Amino acid sequence: MRKIETKKDYQKYVDEKTPNSPIGKNILKAFIVGGIICLIGQWISDGLRAMDLDDKTVSSVTSISLIFIGIFLTAINVYNRIGKFAGAGSIVPITGFANSIASPAIEFKSEGLVLGVGAKLFQIAGPVLVYGISTSIVLGIIYYFVSTAG
Amino acid sequence: MAQKRLGTQTIKLSSPPSIISAYSIVGPKEGEGPLGKYFDTIIEDEFWGEQTWEKSETKIARECVANCISKVKLSYEDINYLLAGDLINQCTPSAFGNRDTNIPFLGLFGACSTFVEGISIGSMLIDGGFADNLVCATSSHFCSAEKQFRFPLELGNQRPPSSQWTVTGSGSVMLSSSGTGPYITTITTGKMVDMGIKDANNMGAAMAPAAADTMYMHFKETGRAPSYYDLILTGDLGYIGKSIVVDLMESRGYNIRSNYNDCGILIFDKEKQDTHSGGSGCACCATTFCGYIYNQLQAKKLKRVLLIATGALMSPTTAQQKESIPGIAHAISIEI
Repeated sequence: MRKIETKKDYQKYVDEKTPNSPIGKNILKAFIVGGIICLIGQWISDGLRAMDLDDKTVSSVTSISLIFIGIFLTAINVYNRIGKFAGAGSIVPITGFANSIASPAIEFKSEGLVLGVGAKLFQIAGPVLVYGISTSIVLGIIYYFVSTAG
Repeated sequence: MAQKRLGTQTIKLSSPPSIISAYSIVGPKEGEGPLGKYFDTIIEDEFWGEQTWEKSETKIARECVANCISKVKLSYEDINYLLAGDLINQCTPSAFGNRDTNIPFLGLFGACSTFVEGISIGSMLIDGGFADNLVCATSSHFCSAEKQFRFPLELGNQRPPSSQWTVTGSGSVMLSSSGTGPYITTITTGKMVDMGIKDANNMGAAMAPAAADTMYMHFKETGRAPSYYDLILTGDLGYIGKSIVVDLMESRGYNIRSNYNDCGILIFDKEKQDTHSGGSGCACCATTFCGYIYNQLQAKKLKRVLLIATGALMSPTTAQQKESIPGIAHAISIEI
C-alpha cells in the first residue's frame, strides 16, 4: 500500500475504497416506479374525465387522490420501503412530497402539536418550497418584462 | 513518569479489575442477526411498551444496568459508581434511565467509543483503590439516532453503500476489585485523529485512522505483537473502516489480517439484513462484547482480547456546517 501522508492523500484513498451507489440500477428502478406512479395518476384522471368533470376539477381531484395515497402508504409504513427501492422514482412525484410532510409529522408528534408537528412539518419539504416558490417569482418577473417588452 | 504508565497513552494496571458481570439487551433486528443467541434479552419491538423512541432507549438503558447488577445478586447500594453514556443529546437515556438508582453517576460522552472510555476510567478507579464494584454502560437506538442525526423513519429515501446501521440495545459490565477474571490489564487511551473526512455517511472512514493510531500506540508501548491477542476487535468501523485499518496497520509494519475483526461486521448479516457497511452506535461494541465476547472469554475460547471502541465526535450541526469529523478510539486488553 502506498504511503498516506496528508489529509488529501487519505481523502483520495477513501474515495477509491468506498463503493459507489449502483447508479445504472438505481436509475432504472426510479424510472419504472416513477412511471407506475404517473400511470396511476393518469388512470385516476381518465376515470374522472369519463365522469364528465371539467379539466380543472380533474387535475385537482387527481392531485388530492395521489396525495392521499402517498400519506396513507406513509402511515402504514409502506412508502419508506417503496422509497428505499425506487429512490428518486418515488421522491419526485407528488406522492413523495406528501411523504416528506407526513413522515416528520409522525416522527415529531411526540414533541407536541406546536413545537413538534407544527415546527418540524416542513423539515424536509421546506427547502423545496422556499426555492421552488423563489424560482417561480424570479421567472414570473422575467416573463413580465419580456412579455411587456415584446 | 507515573509508576503505572508504559508510555504516552498506555497504562498497566497493577491490581487489574475483574469483569464479574455483563448484560446485553438488543432490538429485534440484532436478535435475528448472527449473534442473536448470545444476547441476554431481545426486545420484541423498538418501542418496548413505551410511547417514544427516547423513552424506549431510556428503558433499555435502565433495564440493562439493573439486570447487570441483579445477575450477580448485588443491589444498587453495592455499586460505587455508574459510568454511562449514549448518543442522544445531553445523554438523557443514560441519565434518565438511572435517575432513581442512587448510584454515584458519571455521565460520559465519547460517541461510540464511550463503552471502552467508561471501562478505562472505571478500571483506573478500581486500581486506584477508589471503588470495589462499579458499572459501565452504554446504549443506542436505531430510531432515536435516525431521528436525531438523519431523517424521519417513514421518509422514503435510499442509504448510500457506505452508511451504517445504528444498533438498538445496551450493554453493561460490572467491574470489581475482587473476582477471578476476565481481567482488564492494560489501557490505551486514544487521541483525536482528524483526517479530513466530512461525509457523515462514511463514519468508518472517519474513525479508522484513530483506531489504527490507538492500535499502533498500544503495540508500541506494551511491546506486544498483534499475535499476542486471540482477537483484536474494533467497535463499529464496518466493512470499509475495517479494510482501511488493515491497510493503515500494514503500512506501519503490522499484519493484523488473521486475528482482527469489527463488531459492526459481526453483529449483522450484511446480505440478509441489508445493513450496508455494518452496524454502528454505542451499543454495537457494548452488546457484542457483553453478549458474544464475554461468553467466549468465560468459556475460555478466547483468552486475550484487545477491544478498541471507536467514536466519531460530530453533531448534526457540525456536519451541516461542513466541519470534518474527528475520530477517537480507546483500547483495553482483556485477559483471563
